[in-house]
Amino acid sequence: MKLGCAELIHALTQPTSMASLSPTQWDLLLRQARAAGLLARLAALAQQEKNVDQLPKQAWHILEGDLTFAQQQATAARYELRLLDRTLKKLDTPVLLLKGGAYVALNHAASAGRFMTDIDILITKAHLQDAESALTAAGWMTHSKDAYDERYYRAWMHELPPMRHMSRHTLLDVHHNLLPETARIRTHPEQVLASAHRLPGYHCLYVPDHLDLILHSATHLVYEGEWGHGLRDLSDLYLLFAPHVHEAGFWQHLLARAHELNLQNPLHYVLVQLQTLFGLSVPVAVARPLPGRGVPYLMTPVIRLGVLSFHASCRTWLTPVAEFVLYVRSHWLRMPPHLLIPHLLYKAWKRRVSEKKSQD
Amino acid sequence: MRLSDIPAAALTERIAAGLGLQTGPFRFLVQSSEAGVARGLSQLYADFEVGPFDLHDFHVSIRRPAGLRRWIRPQVEFAMDGFSPFIPLPADHAFAQLEWGMNWCIAAHAHHYLMLHAAVLEKNGQAVILPGDPGAGKSTLTAALVLSGWRLLSDEITLIDRDDGQIVPLARPVSLKNASIDIIRSFSQAASIGETALDTHKGSVAHLRPMPDSVLRMDEKAQPRHIVFPRWKSQALLTRHPQDKASAFIHLASHAFNYNLLGPLAFRLTKNTLDTCTCQRIWYSQLDDALAFFSELVA
Repeated sequence: MKLGCAELIHALTQPTSMASLSPTQWDLLLRQARAAGLLARLAALAQQEKNVDQLPKQAWHILEGDLTFAQQQATAARYELRLLDRTLKKLDTPVLLLKGGAYVALNHAASAGRFMTDIDILITKAHLQDAESALTAAGWMTHSKDAYDERYYRAWMHELPPMRHMSRHTLLDVHHNLLPETARIRTHPEQVLASAHRLPGYHCLYVPDHLDLILHSATHLVYEGEWGHGLRDLSDLYLLFAPHVHEAGFWQHLLARAHELNLQNPLHYVLVQLQTLFGLSVPVAVARPLPGRGVPYLMTPVIRLGVLSFHASCRTWLTPVAEFVLYVRSHWLRMPPHLLIPHLLYKAWKRRVSEKKSQD
Repeated sequence: MRLSDIPAAALTERIAAGLGLQTGPFRFLVQSSEAGVARGLSQLYADFEVGPFDLHDFHVSIRRPAGLRRWIRPQVEFAMDGFSPFIPLPADHAFAQLEWGMNWCIAAHAHHYLMLHAAVLEKNGQAVILPGDPGAGKSTLTAALVLSGWRLLSDEITLIDRDDGQIVPLARPVSLKNASIDIIRSFSQAASIGETALDTHKGSVAHLRPMPDSVLRMDEKAQPRHIVFPRWKSQALLTRHPQDKASAFIHLASHAFNYNLLGPLAFRLTKNTLDTCTCQRIWYSQLDDALAFFSELVA
């Protein structure tokens, strides 16, 4: 399959390659990177490689502008982490940072030039109510669109409705599980919490172990259905894997952990994409096809199309088909049919009503 | 190559295929089949350099959205590389929509610069920054200065280069609203004003063509020397008042497009700008009084 964004992926894995791009190639690369939310990532990589002077000035100004944005978000996130720590320490329970928040707190390579729209935390379900009260008292308010949306989150999802701070407008997602309560796959958040590491300098903030960081990022990519960020998430995963791929015992530990958490499928899907798109060296035994039915074979090309759906230049006539499959699949995995069908009917009806309103 | 070098008959086709357009440090690729866009560009951007360029900062388009509104009470939609930040507008607002869209592209992305919400003009090597609250008459004053021999750097977004603290011109058309359109039309014979878009969210809007000198010198940066907060006031004689720099700082920072985003860098750039500038407020009712004040300021 011809790849419409070969230069972009090459730049993500070999940042020095940016120095030899022609202005026309830059034009497309910048459009694609902007659509994928990866301009700041490219800027950070170019800076790490001390490659900036070799880039066209016009291109660098575009990259630099977005890097400034991402750095400001990281600064704001660090400040929010301090306040969260202060707000939640009285619960006397670990507060686990997920994804972007964890990368920033760890100063991980995956935080470099990464856009953050919200901070995600995970706590045990037993502490959920106390956490919500404490956060509300500190100015974070839950925001649901209507009573149905509220119930959707409270009864079925793995998180509270999104919280927004009254004065700083920062967004916070409070999870009690890695996957929805109603999901087909059951995972074990208590095990992720048990092996988490406490962040030095904070009272109650923790970060997942490096294996769990990878597994959660993979799960999020494959199950949350935010395919517009798919390549960004895959680039995160590439950076999460990079320091460990040649580490003795890493792959065995990762597979064993995926088995413990019941997250073998997302790990497999992500490894295949990293191998084929990013050229990550995955041992043959690890990337072996999943046992069982034919669905996983079909999922590989579908996920690839989803990851490459972010810009017109990377889309093919099959992309809309894949998007439809992924949309149905994300709901199918999220809820059993007796909940899913009424839910989708309700959403379709809501959409019609709001479209009609905006036309009038 | 300048836009006016393209034969009128070929221009529509060029814009439909995508026309490279340079405004200050930015290169846009503008794509549209709307006749209003072609008319606006040909009148107001005649002196601007056009492509083909290899590398563009922004790919923008004005197109009819899909569905019924393509035909019935037709609408147009601005998009940056497929992403539409605004709701569609009536088709006869196509050119105004393009201007807003281009402003949005710059304000939302060009963080290499500190972007102040202010007009900025230059004469005798001295740039004068005009921050203004909405309704203070900033655009009218800017247009009058443009028509009185001042070099237009920008009417809405003042770009301060983070590398050297200098002001980078944009030289885009000046946006005029409501009564100011006729005031400027009668102010000078030289005023070339585009078609008026009626009943927009800002009322009636039309654009003044920048003078060729401003456009040809758009890569010539300028040193900020004065900050003037202008306010038009009915019946007022010209009154000037020194403005303390601390409150000027607060005003600039809180009205900037990306002050928060640039953080400490924005603080340094704003401070350096204020250090090199005089700072005052003026009230006036007659444009001629204001123009005399500005001539004296940079004499």
